[in-house]
Amino acid sequence: MPIFKDELTIVLAGEAGQGIQTIEVLLTGLLKSGGYHIFATKEYMSRVRGGMNSTTLRVASRRVAALREKIDLFIPLHRDAINHLRHRLTEETVIIGDQEQIDYRPMIDVPFTKMALEIGNAVFANSLAVGLLAGLLKIDAEKCRQFIARYFGKKDEETRGKNMAAVQRGFSIGVGLTGKVDVHMVRDPSVAEEALFTGGEAVALGALAGGCNFLCAYPMSPGTAVLTHMAAYAKSIDVIVEQVEDEIGVVNMAIAAWYTGARAMVTTSGGGFALMTEGVSLAGMIESPLVVHVAQRPGPATGLPTRTEQGDLNLVLYAGHGEFPRIILAPKNIEEAFILSQGAFNLADKYQVPVFILTDQYLMDTYYNLPCFKLDDLPAERYVSRTREDYRRFSFTATGVSPRGVPGFGEGIVCVDSDEHDEGGYITEDANLRARMVDKRLRKAAVVKSDALPPVFTGADGYDALIVGWGSTYPAIAEAIERIGRSDLAHLHFSWVYPLAPETASYLQKAKKIIVVEQNATGQFGQLLKLETGCQIDSILKYNGLPFSVEELVREIQVRCRE
Amino acid sequence: MAENRFDFPHNIDMAWCPGCGNFSIRRSLLAALDELGVVREKTVLVSGIGQAAKMPQYINTNFFNGLHGRALPAATAVKASNPGLTVIAEGGDGDMYGEGGNHFLHATRRNPDIALFVHNNMVYGLTKGQASPTTRVGMVTPVQTAGVFEKPLNPVSLAVALDVPFVARASSADWEKTKEIMKKAILHRGLALVDIFQPCISFNKLNTYQWFKDNSYYLEDDYDSTNKTTAFAKAQEEFPFPLGVIYSNRERVPFEESLPVYAHDKRPLFERTSVPEKIEQIIKSKV
Repeated sequence: MPIFKDELTIVLAGEAGQGIQTIEVLLTGLLKSGGYHIFATKEYMSRVRGGMNSTTLRVASRRVAALREKIDLFIPLHRDAINHLRHRLTEETVIIGDQEQIDYRPMIDVPFTKMALEIGNAVFANSLAVGLLAGLLKIDAEKCRQFIARYFGKKDEETRGKNMAAVQRGFSIGVGLTGKVDVHMVRDPSVAEEALFTGGEAVALGALAGGCNFLCAYPMSPGTAVLTHMAAYAKSIDVIVEQVEDEIGVVNMAIAAWYTGARAMVTTSGGGFALMTEGVSLAGMIESPLVVHVAQRPGPATGLPTRTEQGDLNLVLYAGHGEFPRIILAPKNIEEAFILSQGAFNLADKYQVPVFILTDQYLMDTYYNLPCFKLDDLPAERYVSRTREDYRRFSFTATGVSPRGVPGFGEGIVCVDSDEHDEGGYITEDANLRARMVDKRLRKAAVVKSDALPPVFTGADGYDALIVGWGSTYPAIAEAIERIGRSDLAHLHFSWVYPLAPETASYLQKAKKIIVVEQNATGQFGQLLKLETGCQIDSILKYNGLPFSVEELVREIQVRCRE
Repeated sequence: MAENRFDFPHNIDMAWCPGCGNFSIRRSLLAALDELGVVREKTVLVSGIGQAAKMPQYINTNFFNGLHGRALPAATAVKASNPGLTVIAEGGDGDMYGEGGNHFLHATRRNPDIALFVHNNMVYGLTKGQASPTTRVGMVTPVQTAGVFEKPLNPVSLAVALDVPFVARASSADWEKTKEIMKKAILHRGLALVDIFQPCISFNKLNTYQWFKDNSYYLEDDYDSTNKTTAFAKAQEEFPFPLGVIYSNRERVPFEESLPVYAHDKRPLFERTSVPEKIEQIIKSKV
């Protein structure tokens, strides 16, 4: 009989519209309240009904933040689910499903559909599954009942009642499975006091903590998550949230909002960002702060709208005509999605440059329990100056950063022009002045670089191989290296992707072998490292639209280290 | 006469051709701002790119001279971020109706309280004489070598159809009448379009001062601009084109007045700081 003592990876799969999303929300909340550490991520098709979607829940007795490939417990809610995830099933995988519908042996037969129909509708199969897992994982029956009642509290009485009946029926079945499959994990009651945030929520909350009071966007998966969350937060917090006609309008609105003294952010994905690039150049020219959240998905063009990739680093790095400084941040996990989104506003305001928060679908749709974010040490710094009558927006300074006034605050006027301009903002074609203005804008790049956060190094000195990652792959790489357990293997992770911190080269030069792990086909970050440091780079690349799992990184890193 | 604070105390080098209608439009705008007593430090001119869009460079006030076609989203954001500012968006027919056409459509839906002055010379000037969305059929240009055959846009009838709450047509040939129309547009609550006929003496040999004079007339004093049906009929009239305030609607609520951020707090966004307690409340709700 399979007994799970440390961790358990549960996957539920079904058609879009079968309520996989609801199952995920209910189970993560329930299991967390029961003292389990929980990690959840989903993969889904770009359609509203049909197809095949799945959610992976990793339940553990310690913190978990990365995707496991192997499925321990699988609940297929549709006959196609087995084929969809066959590559993740092993002989040890316990499958619980409707034997009548799903042609697979061996399987623990639970007639979900028949029971759901008895309750009133096939749709209640999802609540049955929730109850079953709650029972199997020994969640307190009364707590479970209260939780479900609260979740369906706003629904009509019939919907609430039938869902609760389904959960309770599933719960008894789950309890009854003892003997066929057993879960005996140490639980930590303090987990119940922790929070569950998706990457999308963390970016939106971080932005608010950074003083964001203007968010505009055109909906595009997976960047829409931040728009939706911000719109919900705007019910209690003063932030203008506007859905604009197109991404060109979006970026121009955001820049003009900063010009007027707002703290503005846009959120999009690669295709939408491509439309914004002229605006990014405008921000460079008029030295406007700007915060751009780009949640990457696989391209080119429409690509795979609901899948993940890190393929837009070069797009963001080189976006916009002309030469001007920029900052690119790529949060390594959900905590950093909050902290770096908060910091992005201070950086943008301080240096008057575009700041990019580069995430991806995987980070947007992933969550795990973690302590509530604290705002104590994260002030929203403001750099707006009151203008005097002789104010000039682009006055020359040693750092290249001029005091930034806003219209209506002081005796001066604030003049900005996308043409090359003089210190006052008036158009010039004076060649000398043009060169001085270019130098002024680029001087800021040096100051920014000196402020760049160094990469996070994990490992012992005297490493042979250095595994390098950037952005959301951090938890998977970290866990893979931990599992491999070799002392000559170290991990270097970049959340501040551009400009690279001055320490970068020294880390790379100590390694005999540098392996950059990236979710793209051409090794874009590796190319950047090579360009900046001259080091030889090897890569582990994945670009099929699915995120790295811990196991595949273990395999890939071991293969590369043997080479 | 007292000095106009919106003018410069020194000579400025303007990039317009001698005899250009832009000089007259500038004169109207300077006088309109002065006569309305608008506060120079609380006024923002927003423009895109083109010869008309250089206007902010020659008015002594705040300006945001951004990208081609993008004046309207920028102006909307300026007004939304600080509703206390007087915001004017200005540019040419190519800038506002061509490159910025989509923003024009959606600005009519949003209805921010900004005045929109479009210098309509029916040709591209700065790029040297190509057809614009308002170029008349038959005009031969270096690009439309067999003559324009696309139907020209009538921005005034488009704006009335979209219920832009103030729609007017003016002519640079009469700076005083244009000034009066501009003043009404600035005072009107909501989006106020003034399409301004203007000859391009360098690139448009068809629509000259004389052509505009022969093909336009001012609306009678008793014309009722508040009736949308008759206003739309009037807006569709061509040859001659009516000049004056063609449509006005005092019912529409401006964009920024509907924004919840100003429901209980009238301060512009730059005067506000974030409220950590409220953010912490949301964070705690995720437990």
